[in-house]
Amino acid sequence: MALFTYDLHVHSCLSPCGDDDMTPCNIAGMAMIAGVKIVALTDHNSCKNCEAFFMACEDYGITPVAGCELTTSEEIHMVCLFEGLKQAMAFDKTIQPYRMPLKNRVEIFGSQPIMGRDDEIIGEEPWFLPAATSLSLNEAAELVRSMGGLAYPAHIDRESNGLLAILGTFPDEPVFELCEVRDKENAQKLAGGRRVVVSSDAHRLTDFAVTLNHIELDCEPDSPPEIIRKALFKKLS
Amino acid sequence: MLTVEKLMDKLELAPIELPDGTRRITGGYAGDLLSWVMGRANEGDAWVTIMTNMNVAAVAQLTDVACVIFAEGVEPDKETVLKARMHGINLLGSPKGIFELCGLISEAMLADEHEERN
Repeated sequence: MALFTYDLHVHSCLSPCGDDDMTPCNIAGMAMIAGVKIVALTDHNSCKNCEAFFMACEDYGITPVAGCELTTSEEIHMVCLFEGLKQAMAFDKTIQPYRMPLKNRVEIFGSQPIMGRDDEIIGEEPWFLPAATSLSLNEAAELVRSMGGLAYPAHIDRESNGLLAILGTFPDEPVFELCEVRDKENAQKLAGGRRVVVSSDAHRLTDFAVTLNHIELDCEPDSPPEIIRKALFKKLS
Repeated sequence: MLTVEKLMDKLELAPIELPDGTRRITGGYAGDLLSWVMGRANEGDAWVTIMTNMNVAAVAQLTDVACVIFAEGVEPDKETVLKARMHGINLLGSPKGIFELCGLISEAMLADEHEERN
């Protein structure tokens, strides 16, 4: 057993609202400096920077987790995490037909670059990523779970796109045993007894690792990333 | 008296669940953020929304609105319909937009008031 610092909700520059400095290498480097051991990359409706992020984390000794922040048809933000990079990329492919074909307007929303191993731009996502998908909360949770992933509502303590603001209360279905808050103080009164993940939802390097959150996992502090991820998913599932 | 059935006829609304068509409509509300609707919709309102989640039925029950009208042709989730059936909530649908529906509901309410006065 060991305590790990974590942040399971971070945006890269691929999210239009994410700062251009949030490149995969910079996030991994910042995580190392700030002392965050486990970091999940969760861009809006896309896992396309996760490959570069995994490579960057290898250089910095960070345990990466691949995923995305899915916008459901109700405009609820849901964190979707996968134990393996391959699973996340398969999920990325699966959600393509559910995305809204709304062209990104770079001058208004910002660019959506797909990054390579050394922070070079290897592509640009043409469709505006954060737009609602046509997957309802129920369908989205089912889809993530059927593909071996973990799905839970993001920032339930936030007015915009938080599950509680949109639905008033947790619905009977899908069942969420886990939820995310941004501010630990809100956990008890909002989570309704659910287990809580505290994450930053960082869009800028300066938002990241402002406070450190810890999780106890059944592995060694210096275990390889795949062992730490396995222990993390076991703990959160 | 403007009832749910009467409004249905006037606005060509499609019934999805209609346990009590004789329920009287006394006001209206439009909104999709359920945390807002919970605190603002009133008893007897015709509530116009594009939210389809099952919690719509819970909020309709809580606020005791006269009916829920799904605008823009959106279809409620099957759990929403089941819950509405269980709790006797009127669910209607329309291809019209929220703005247009609200205008038509206001018009119908004014016409009804006028009729009652004469």
